[in-house]
Amino acid sequence: MTNRKLLLEHLDVPGIQGIDAYVKHGGYASLKKALQKMSPDEVVEEVKKSGLRGRGGAGFPTGLKWSFLAKPEGIPRYLVCNADESEPGTFKDRYLMEKIPHLLVEGMILSSYALGAKTSYIYIRGEFMYVLEILQNAINEAYAKGYLGKNIFGSGFDHDLVITPGGGAYICGEETALLESLEGKRGNPRIKPPFPAVKGLWASPTVVNNVESIAAVVPIVRDGGDAYASIGIGKSTGTKLVSACGNLERPGVYEIELGLSVEEFIYGDNYCRGIAKGKKLKACVPGGSSVPILPHHLVTKTAAGEQRLMTYESLADGGFQSGSMLGSGGFIVFDEDQCIVRNTWNFTRFYAHESCGQCSPCREGTGWMEKVLHRLETGKGHLRDIDLLADINKKIEGNTICPLGDAAAWPVAAAIRHFRDEFEWHVTHPEEAQIRNYGLIQQPLVA
Amino acid sequence: MVKVTIDGVEVSVEPGTTILNAARQIGGDVVPPAMCYYSKLPGTGGKCRTCLVEVAAGSAADPRPMPKLVASCSTPVQDGMVVNNKSSQRVHDNRGGVVEFLLANHPLDCPICDQAGECHLQDLGYEHGSAKTRYEEDRRIFEPIDIGNKIKLHMNRCILCYRCVYVANQLTDKRVHGVLHRGEHAEISTYIEQAVDNDFSGNMIDVCPVGALTDRTFRFKSRVWFLKPMEAERSCSKCCGKAVVWMFGNEIYRVTARKDQFGEVEEIEQKTAWLCNDCRFEKKEVTDWNVLGPRVINRQSVISQGKYATTIDKPVKRIS
Ligand SMILES: Cc1cc2nc3c(=O)[nH]c(=O)nc-3n(C[C@H](O)[C@H](O)[C@H](O)COP(=O)(O)O)c2cc1C
Ligand code: SF4
Ligand code: SF4
Ligand code: FES
Repeated sequence: MTNRKLLLEHLDVPGIQGIDAYVKHGGYASLKKALQKMSPDEVVEEVKKSGLRGRGGAGFPTGLKWSFLAKPEGIPRYLVCNADESEPGTFKDRYLMEKIPHLLVEGMILSSYALGAKTSYIYIRGEFMYVLEILQNAINEAYAKGYLGKNIFGSGFDHDLVITPGGGAYICGEETALLESLEGKRGNPRIKPPFPAVKGLWASPTVVNNVESIAAVVPIVRDGGDAYASIGIGKSTGTKLVSACGNLERPGVYEIELGLSVEEFIYGDNYCRGIAKGKKLKACVPGGSSVPILPHHLVTKTAAGEQRLMTYESLADGGFQSGSMLGSGGFIVFDEDQCIVRNTWNFTRFYAHESCGQCSPCREGTGWMEKVLHRLETGKGHLRDIDLLADINKKIEGNTICPLGDAAAWPVAAAIRHFRDEFEWHVTHPEEAQIRNYGLIQQPLVA
Repeated sequence: MVKVTIDGVEVSVEPGTTILNAARQIGGDVVPPAMCYYSKLPGTGGKCRTCLVEVAAGSAADPRPMPKLVASCSTPVQDGMVVNNKSSQRVHDNRGGVVEFLLANHPLDCPICDQAGECHLQDLGYEHGSAKTRYEEDRRIFEPIDIGNKIKLHMNRCILCYRCVYVANQLTDKRVHGVLHRGEHAEISTYIEQAVDNDFSGNMIDVCPVGALTDRTFRFKSRVWFLKPMEAERSCSKCCGKAVVWMFGNEIYRVTARKDQFGEVEEIEQKTAWLCNDCRFEKKEVTDWNVLGPRVINRQSVISQGKYATTIDKPVKRIS
């Protein structure tokens, strides 16, 4: 399979963080093309044709989202970039912003032109202060060149780009919590409807997009939507940044063509080069901590025995029974030494800590699951706790204001579904569980 | 007008009405319980999830069912919508789940709680709770904070419905309290411990569905069902002066707003009858009030204890 790069193509160019090197390698050409030769609607049309799907996790078609934006007369519209990246295992947006900040800046101006937004915002995770400085620098450079401000490229289009840091809460990555936070309020997700496309920032129509989604608009405008759509399979088009971590020989951020096989991604020389230290694969969470975990036999193959591909559809093949999701592209790999109970507890601890506490199922349910899992992990659990966890799950799932509740429930449900014996072993061998992990002896693993 | 069917009962309502308010127009059994929504406080609702219902048909134009249960307090009806509340096992199970969550960390200190007898969580637990808890962990305990000499905050009992925050935002001239922290550590608190003292802050007590905010001037004085609720009024320059005074003999033990069948402060002459702090906390002499007569009490309520004759007007089913 080819490995075309659309976002990270010039990663290794010295000085690509700065505007001169960026422009020398084709930077701001898409912006110029759009402003001088295309109408805003034509840009939207190209994005629709490209088949680009939101890279923040949900995978909602970006062009379609843009076409839903309400356009009432006399009311401003906003574009907000979601750079709050805090999902455990996901670090691709940070990488992109840090390495090639102008790609996001260009994408923001370009997308704002398409949407008719006079002001746009980048809401960046509070812990990324050094990235904020890199971006602010890029924004200043763009202003100095006249790519931001008044009458950009003589087109009559004015635009201002503002960058704001969050306060360090995962929940502010949920788009409506993000908007609340941007307005200076407590970051509680809003009750929908109204949706941001109708009433978003400052009660005005707003589009919220992930960093990578916005960056991808640059090559889409440059090459055309059809060229972008020619990469990938079916409804999974283009390239995707995947942040690979865990027990891999070569973890890191990779730009892959959607449609690459999971096997090649894990074991291929161009990618992660297999499991670290020659160990065996035990499990994989392919799309960030919110998606269901896959046991080793379902990672590279689907339950039906087909090759599993890095696409929205293939990773979800088998539904929750035997599949998972592409999610945000946080690819976490566990080797044979890792404890699933401990890992599940760790994820749940994160969600319990990050729940905003607004709705009772999530506030109480995540805390409850965390305590039960902690007991199981430390050898103080009962067999009935496993069923209890499964039941708490069901009572959270679908019953909350925002998807954080589901995101907390799914990983636990999947871990119990695929690794129930491991949970039981923690109950039946409480002392042994404290000194070694399950899976080394009991179950011979096949790679 | 749009037509909606709830538990098989059809009702016509204004477009934009929520499912919950449509159900309230029908009344009786089909009304879902609401612990956070408060019709007189715009913006409330959506948080507690006790009002979840099943939408069996979205609308006449698109009769597909909605995949998830929806919060009836914040979902507007569509023409031809079919909703199941009481009649749905799924609603029953999930509402039971919500009640279990609300009670998981609740201290269950009803025997020493002033709200007992008029607590919505007690009612909810009675209708949807189970007799035993599956929660084996230590219950959450908050450091007590002092919010002044009029209102007692008992955070361990709070269900974080946010109603009191909306009261402070919408009725008082300055909000000094809110929700701090997040997740299960979220708590109602004042920023850098301040007293909540404002002409209308006492209404927080009336909107609080549980015993998290109680009247300090009434604290531990009596169980509510030993008192006689009497309608009373006085002329007040700050508020409507229309209240319920809770009496024992000729003494006024406490003053509250008048509440409707849904536990909300009543509308009197098209205005919500909020009380000012003077009427609520300072006017405790019978001579302060023009007492109008007994307040009608729901016979199912524990407050009716000892107030109605206990004759049974229908024969009880024979136990064979
Ligand atoms: C709890 C929670 C956290 C989220 N965090 C992020 C995030 O850090 N970055 C992001 O782009 N999207 C995040 N999302 C998804 C956003 O709500 C939203 O769907 C996304 O920004 C839309 O952009 P896209 O269409 O370009 O993917 C989160 C969602 C939830 C429920
Ligand atoms: S699901 Fe959790 S994070 Fe989302 S609104 Fe409810 S309490 Fe907050
Ligand atoms: S103190 Fe009472 S009114 Fe305020 S949030 Fe808690 S339960 Fe609701
Ligand atoms: S009353 Fe509807 S969610 Fe609380």
